[in-house]
Amino acid sequence: MAESAGVDVPDVVGIEPILEAKGLSQGQIVRKRFLGHSGAIIGLVVFAIIFIMAFTSVGYAGIPGWWKYSHEDVSPLIHDGAPTASIFPPAWGEHPFGQDRIGRDLFAMTMRGAQQSITIMIVIGLIAGLIGVIVGALSGYFRGWTEAVLMRLTDVIIIIPALLLAAVMAQLAGRRDSGSWFASFASNNGVLAIGIFLGLISWVGLARLMRGEFLSLREREFVDAARISGASNARIIFKHILPNAVGVLIVNVTLTMSAAILTETALSYLGVGVKAPDTSLGLLISQNQAAFATRPWLFWFPGLFIVLICLSINFIGDGLRDAFDPRQKKFNAKKAAEIEVDPAPVTAFDELKGK
Amino acid sequence: MVTYIVRRLITAALILLGASFLVYLLTAASGDPLEEYRASSAPNKQQLIDARTELLQLDTPAPLRYFKWLGGAAQCLIPFANSCDLGKNIAGQPITDALGHALIQTLTLVTGATILAILIGITLGIVTALRQYSTLDYGVTFMAFLFFSLPIFWVAVLLKEFGAIGFNDFLRNPDVPMATALGIGAVAGVITAVAAGGAMKRRLLTGGVAFLFVSAVLIYFSATEWFKNPGLGPVVIAIAGVGIAFAVTLLSAGLKNRKALQSALIAVGVGLVVYFLIQPLLDEATFLMMVLLAVAAVLVGLAIGFLMGGYDRGQSMRAAALTSFLVGFLIMLDRYMQAWPSYFNNSRVRGRPIATIGASTPNIEGDFWILSLDSFTHLILPTLALILISLAGYTRFTRASMLEIMNMDYIRTARAKGLSERTVVMRHAFRNALIPIATIVAFDIGGLIGGAVITESVFSVRGMGFLFLDGIQHIDPNPVMGVFICVAITAMVFNLIADLAYSALDPRVRVKA
Repeated sequence: MAESAGVDVPDVVGIEPILEAKGLSQGQIVRKRFLGHSGAIIGLVVFAIIFIMAFTSVGYAGIPGWWKYSHEDVSPLIHDGAPTASIFPPAWGEHPFGQDRIGRDLFAMTMRGAQQSITIMIVIGLIAGLIGVIVGALSGYFRGWTEAVLMRLTDVIIIIPALLLAAVMAQLAGRRDSGSWFASFASNNGVLAIGIFLGLISWVGLARLMRGEFLSLREREFVDAARISGASNARIIFKHILPNAVGVLIVNVTLTMSAAILTETALSYLGVGVKAPDTSLGLLISQNQAAFATRPWLFWFPGLFIVLICLSINFIGDGLRDAFDPRQKKFNAKKAAEIEVDPAPVTAFDELKGK
Repeated sequence: MVTYIVRRLITAALILLGASFLVYLLTAASGDPLEEYRASSAPNKQQLIDARTELLQLDTPAPLRYFKWLGGAAQCLIPFANSCDLGKNIAGQPITDALGHALIQTLTLVTGATILAILIGITLGIVTALRQYSTLDYGVTFMAFLFFSLPIFWVAVLLKEFGAIGFNDFLRNPDVPMATALGIGAVAGVITAVAAGGAMKRRLLTGGVAFLFVSAVLIYFSATEWFKNPGLGPVVIAIAGVGIAFAVTLLSAGLKNRKALQSALIAVGVGLVVYFLIQPLLDEATFLMMVLLAVAAVLVGLAIGFLMGGYDRGQSMRAAALTSFLVGFLIMLDRYMQAWPSYFNNSRVRGRPIATIGASTPNIEGDFWILSLDSFTHLILPTLALILISLAGYTRFTRASMLEIMNMDYIRTARAKGLSERTVVMRHAFRNALIPIATIVAFDIGGLIGGAVITESVFSVRGMGFLFLDGIQHIDPNPVMGVFICVAITAMVFNLIADLAYSALDPRVRVKA
């Protein structure tokens, strides 16, 4: 990520022309800025490739994929399980990422794990975003008792360790003999259950942020204007305040999602997340860490995919943050230096800008 | 103010009560603690079940057990009564004892890592903010995102493989081949060139010097088997000390302040003399003695600065105190290196010093230096892992905060009235940029004692996280509750401190009384 040149060739000394002045809508401005953020675009492309590869190769939800093995198939070891893919000459081979000790194809397992991680990430994003918005909006808009009750609830959930909840859930899901609906649901949709559960506990940060946004936005003139013209509370919340808070929301949902991937892998690593015979990236690492000296590829590829997914989501989140920040002016130091104007007094203020 | 604090504390206590009730019920509901006995075929199966039922009071319903536990825990609030009772764990050990041991282990693990991460993170953040959009900035930003995306257990396995096993193999036969030495030198040269900044010529020059220096040092070390018998010696300490004196003076007072520079250099001279005098004393070192010596070093530095005086006595004192502290650190480092061969050849260590698990070598014996070297070699890998993953947050946060400050009007005013860039950055910008960081730091310290569950589990450190995980696995509520209470209380207290610190540091922010 060496360069963050803007797509808009600046007219004035490296400062991006002020998009607001061109009569573009907020959506257009955000889109333009996001597309001009090379880090975010690379992140998006990488994520899209991984997404398509993971979901088409080994198939999803019963639909078969194009890859010949599934994550459970055992086949004879080739080259003692070493990866067959090579760059010179470019070749894919029989088992591009290698095989584990009993001959399962690592490519299929990694793809399956990536599927799980992405599913969990999306489920968490949706659930946490939804609950976070509702709780934050209600407590920030209505204040008073609603706020007191909801925020104390948030405080309680924040200090209960996620690990404990995960362990409890894993125990409940593992108790198949009890035959409860929860156990049967979890045994059939292990990943979904973890995603829903993690979503149910990771909304707290979002709720606090949204409350802050609503607290400041509800004091603004346009909200007073809407109220005087007789808008209902629901209309003010959804039509007037929420669109103004959507930037903060989207950015933080992305960050929650990237953190959630790491949480899921960590839980699987500790044995309270996804369980065998199903697989996940964290579980693969946990199962294979002892074999690092003999079969290092079993360890490298799942880790690489965790890092790639997480990194691309982080870069997308970073690009979104820049795109939604109205105070930010894109400033290109190199272009300014070429025209030899002192770049010191630029008002470029940014938080996580430029890669 | 007092009303605010009291109100916050009361809310916190209520939240704690509610959350602890939930945690207790959840732990108790998470499984059947008798399961391992139910399936066993031991002849005394029923006795075992009865004993454990008795120990964990399983015949009482969980909500009632919680209130019993609460009754015992409430006694901890009575000062000096020494009747704290947090129950016993599944092995019959009182939780208060287990917590004490675990707390020490956890704190030794995370304290160093957190302090280092904060120091390095803030430094990197400031440097990248001052060099916004340079190659250095892009590089550090990318690394920050990368570290942020690393799963710690993955890093830990890599560190164990290369940092411990690989490095121990290297130490057995410490020989750096010419090509490796040149390669490491080249990497160092590139990093220095990128970090140096300024014109291309200057960058190439500094990069080249760094390349030559690092390669030459590595080749020299390899030839003299320095890695087997490391040491600094008075010459290196003198050279490094003079460098430190210049650097410290540059940052704290500016090189134009001759008195400050002279005080710092005198401090280095005193340090060199002390180096020879103190060696016999250091052989009998204890922890307390090291602390006293550090305090003494700072005091001597302050005295030197005070005696030198000058138009700005405070600056001289600061420069000399910092320098003498750092020179003292070098002397200590040299003494550690002297102890290295005997540690390396210790019968318990057997030439593989960097450990992958645990917090100390079992049954190791030796003086202060051997024992603390032993802790270091055990701490180094988990510390590295923790630093790597927590560095990113501090770097990004400091950078953002510093960039915001550097665009403030008062920075322009400071520049306009002709202050040097050093004064602008160190006096006007840096201090104000630290205000938001102070709250983050307070918040992180609050989360410190419970924050390393996975690291502890990977490196088999029997700390708070281990206790917690163990309790969950054995469906044993008491240790889980003990850890939870400690973690929650510190988190809440430091949360409050963070809020109060913010309003104390930034007078524009007032707490609602």
